Amino acid sequence: MNPLIPLLVAIPLAGAFLTMIIGRFITGIPRYIALATLLLTAFISFWLLVAGGGDQSVYIMGGWEPVNGIPIGIHLVHDGFSALVLCIISLIGLLSVLYSISYIARYTSGNYFYALFCLMIAGMNGVVLSGDIFNIFVFLEISAISSYALVAFGVEKNELEATLKYQVLGAVASFMVLFAIGFIYWSTKTLNIADIRAVFSEGHDRSYYLLIQILLLTGFGLKAAIIPFHAWLPDAHSSAPSPISAMLSGVLIKAVGIYVIIRLFFNMFEITGAMAVMITTLGALSMAVGVFLAIGQWDIKRLLAYHSISQMGYVVMSAGIGMTLLARGVRPEVAALAITGGIFHLVNHAAFKGLLFLNAGAIEYSAGTRDLHEMGGLARPMPVTSATSLAASFSISGIPPFNGFFSKLIIIVAAVMARFYLLAALAAVVSIITLASFMKFQRYAFYNGEPGRIGKEIKEVPLPMLMSMVTLAVICLLLSLLALPAIRDAVLTPATDILIDQMKYSSQITGM
Amino acid sequence: MTAYWLCFILFLTGLYGVITRRNLVKIAISLSVMEFSCFLFLALTGYREGGVAPIVDVAEPVQTYVDPLPQAMVLTAIVIGLATTAMLMAVIIRIYRKYGTFDIREIKNLRG
Repeated sequence: MNPLIPLLVAIPLAGAFLTMIIGRFITGIPRYIALATLLLTAFISFWLLVAGGGDQSVYIMGGWEPVNGIPIGIHLVHDGFSALVLCIISLIGLLSVLYSISYIARYTSGNYFYALFCLMIAGMNGVVLSGDIFNIFVFLEISAISSYALVAFGVEKNELEATLKYQVLGAVASFMVLFAIGFIYWSTKTLNIADIRAVFSEGHDRSYYLLIQILLLTGFGLKAAIIPFHAWLPDAHSSAPSPISAMLSGVLIKAVGIYVIIRLFFNMFEITGAMAVMITTLGALSMAVGVFLAIGQWDIKRLLAYHSISQMGYVVMSAGIGMTLLARGVRPEVAALAITGGIFHLVNHAAFKGLLFLNAGAIEYSAGTRDLHEMGGLARPMPVTSATSLAASFSISGIPPFNGFFSKLIIIVAAVMARFYLLAALAAVVSIITLASFMKFQRYAFYNGEPGRIGKEIKEVPLPMLMSMVTLAVICLLLSLLALPAIRDAVLTPATDILIDQMKYSSQITGM
Repeated sequence: MTAYWLCFILFLTGLYGVITRRNLVKIAISLSVMEFSCFLFLALTGYREGGVAPIVDVAEPVQTYVDPLPQAMVLTAIVIGLATTAMLMAVIIRIYRKYGTFDIREIKNLRG
């Protein structure tokens, strides 16, 4: 019972509330409340990551202890994998709030923005911590509703259209999840993930099991924008204000999509060969199709949004390779390597895609356009934005010594060792096309042509925006250190262990 | 068993509406229909033949009672559904002000 765990949900909720109440009387203070909230959340998440050492610790809400080994209360579970995701949520959140201080000053009603932002953080932390499937749904909806509102924050034509698409598809996804929860409860009479695992392992109907799996994969796949379900993502992520795009692409699709898929399919369901093949295929498809859709884009934020689909494909594919090997029961060390690569890429993607969206926001802030045709020569008036976006572009295309190189290398090596040669080749080719598409971005935005074309004087963005961009660029470099064996064992290996070891997650909670 | 099938048909009706209707308000209504078929299903999973409310009575203990947990879940889900619907309607009203129409075919700024 670690009393710090529920604070990760309670503090952002309190922050949202205080922002609205105090913001009504004192203007200008909401941004500092949000900043303090995120700072506190980040501090607690990093403290739990370091002090927890990857061990599982459970907090039972309301103190409803298990009866005869059957959990009856709501469990919040903190382990190696959720610790890592919590850290990236609060870190990217903190830097986005810092960036918003200047960026959101252009919009009216900033206190609504900060309140919704804190609410979204609370929802995501809740999804990641919850050890109870119905609470995952509740927190999923909290983060979804606040993100619908944040996407529409500009209330212009494009924003409203994007949020409508996002809401309709998000609502359908939620109903799929709710139906799956109904089916799970019907057959197991429990909602606790660990207990569901224990009940299912005593025997289950195979087709019924498959129905639940398909419903959950569709529901969370829609939230994660894996390729057949991706239609809403480019619109929503490109229309939102830039710090929100950084949050949506950098964190939200991971916390409520990829994280939940990996968690449920490794720790709640038994790994089956059919599901493993399906997840690998979906991942490879997202990876390849996403990058081809990205390369033709001329709107920078749309280009980045399609790259999010492609990069998430890497994560899903490597998790799928790990599942395939585990389902066959062969070579668990290669499965562990693939999953480690996937989790490493998930963390890296949060850093570099967050940074790229903040760069895009900085360009929009100074030059007033998002169209690559209309810009050019921005490297001279905006040196810091140019340098940080170069770092992020190197990182996403996998150029050493940036973080993206190491995670892609681990994924490709694991695919080769697992004898998925075609997937390894595909991953390498996709990485090359990513490089080409980011060379286009760099050339048209920063180097080609003269800045005078835009017709107004272009200045570098204000200090808070620069600070968050530079911090993220440094993080992009520092994250490569995770590839070192000593640091990898401390941070990434506990996350992999909880997924690889089939019964570890549930046995520690149910005590069996 | 019939009740479950009817609930599934209700879900499909809602899905059909979401896919084929062109008026935004009708899409919102279809989403509500889908939503309520989910709630109905959750409530049905707790049903017992001849069950009564699970209220403890020491003198006369209840033998067969309906499962109260799905009912609590449905209440939570209804509250969430209310928030989602309100949010969707707010966006639809804003869209009507900007575009001057509810027709989804007219709302196509974003492409590619």
